[in-house]
Amino acid sequence: MRSKIEVKDIKKGFVADKGPLQVIEEVSFSVGDGEFVAIVGPSGCGKSTLMNIVAGFIRPDRGSVVVDGVERNKPDSKGILISQHGSVFPWLTVRENLMFGLNGHAHRDKAGLADHYAGIVGLKGFEKSYPHELSGGMLKRAELARALVVKPEILYMDEPFSALDALTSLRLRNELLRILSEERHTVLLITHDVEEAIHLADRILVLSPRPAKIQATLEVKLPHPRQLTSPEVQELRIAILREIGIGDGPLAVERTSSIA
Amino acid sequence: MSRLKLALPSTAVLALLIAVWWAVVLATESVIFPTPWQVASGTLELIQDGTLGEHIGASLLRVGTGFLLAVVIGVPLGLWMGWVRGAFNTFNPIFQILRPISPIAWIPIAILWFGVGDASPIYLIFISSVFPMIVQTTAGVHTIEKRYLWAAENFGVSRYTLFSRVVIPAVLPQIIVGMRIGLGVAWLVVVAAEMIALRSGLGYLIIDSRNAGNRYDLVIAGMIIIGLIGLSLDGVMRLLEGLKAVRWRYAQQD
Repeated sequence: MRSKIEVKDIKKGFVADKGPLQVIEEVSFSVGDGEFVAIVGPSGCGKSTLMNIVAGFIRPDRGSVVVDGVERNKPDSKGILISQHGSVFPWLTVRENLMFGLNGHAHRDKAGLADHYAGIVGLKGFEKSYPHELSGGMLKRAELARALVVKPEILYMDEPFSALDALTSLRLRNELLRILSEERHTVLLITHDVEEAIHLADRILVLSPRPAKIQATLEVKLPHPRQLTSPEVQELRIAILREIGIGDGPLAVERTSSIA
Repeated sequence: MSRLKLALPSTAVLALLIAVWWAVVLATESVIFPTPWQVASGTLELIQDGTLGEHIGASLLRVGTGFLLAVVIGVPLGLWMGWVRGAFNTFNPIFQILRPISPIAWIPIAILWFGVGDASPIYLIFISSVFPMIVQTTAGVHTIEKRYLWAAENFGVSRYTLFSRVVIPAVLPQIIVGMRIGLGVAWLVVVAAEMIALRSGLGYLIIDSRNAGNRYDLVIAGMIIIGLIGLSLDGVMRLLEGLKAVRWRYAQQD
């Protein structure tokens, strides 16, 4: 598989009150074209910093990010970031939000295209609603649609569903898989939810606690749709949790820790 | 019905206040301080001979002109200072020194520069309402959440789109707050300014009524009218807060 994203020897530190703080220690990985890669790691391990570097918003101290063979150091609409807190503009309607990224595009019927994608994510009938009139799950749908409408080649998803309740999160994961089966995107997902990673990804990278390093890489060879209660999934989950360092207790404990 | 219930206590207090005022004037047999009735008939007199309308019109025109000038200059200046670090570092200290100076303190200079015509009070209104608007707008730009700016950057939009679709709408609620404060101060100042040197306006009405024969009924009538107009001006600005494009900001506070 041709590699879409090539992350080479990324290092990043910050100056904190207590002195320099190394957040990312030599991280390298690649994501193939059309591949879904999930990065899991404990809270506060520098996952978001890594994502912001890969998406081009933050410069690494060392190392480089290469997309389609070209080194990249600022964001562009080839890869859209979807973050935990969301960035749907509250002062624009759903339709206006979706049309935002089309500004400057030569597309003839921007409103029509926006409404088409609103329909794809299940927001038909809410095109003229303002974000504060929507639920958390609907906001995520709007954010996803706004990313999809500019036809990005890459989706960078930073804990996209972690602010949602478990049921809404599960529903949106299934919708995301359905959309991805129709429009082929390369996806890089960052999450602390092991089950979410197994549900969605082709490959899972496990990060160590800070400073972040890639500690293990696991292929998920299960076909979609994946049965989350199957023994293979449980096995994978235990393996990942063991890598994170919480895998030795009884299963019940692991379950709560993976949801928390 | 429930609105009526909400208004009941304040109406009762108001009625009580008027009753106490009336009783005290009667009890002290004051020859100069008017009863509420005398104030009401004085107001009627002003309405009938048309001078009240003229005074209100003159005051509103001055406030309107000075306030609009302040919006036209203060908002773009605030946006610029909010967006460009260097502009903020350069101008903010100067404005922070000018801002706490009472507009009343500017009166001698205003007369020196602009004479005793309409330009003086307009200048005073401008000076009093421009600073709150600069400060609020600047603060509004500074508090735009980074995730929104990042999203705009991510979609690679033009500078024009960035400003028209993200920066200005994000700051608009703060601009409206600044306008509300600015208009409130402007109304406060116009009356004070008109007391000094002019031949029209509500401030002039008050001073002139006192000077020309101790007509305290008209003094109090003028004060009450100033209060009522101030209240309606604030009401108009509150309507702006109800606009769909800014309601997201205030909705969180409800």
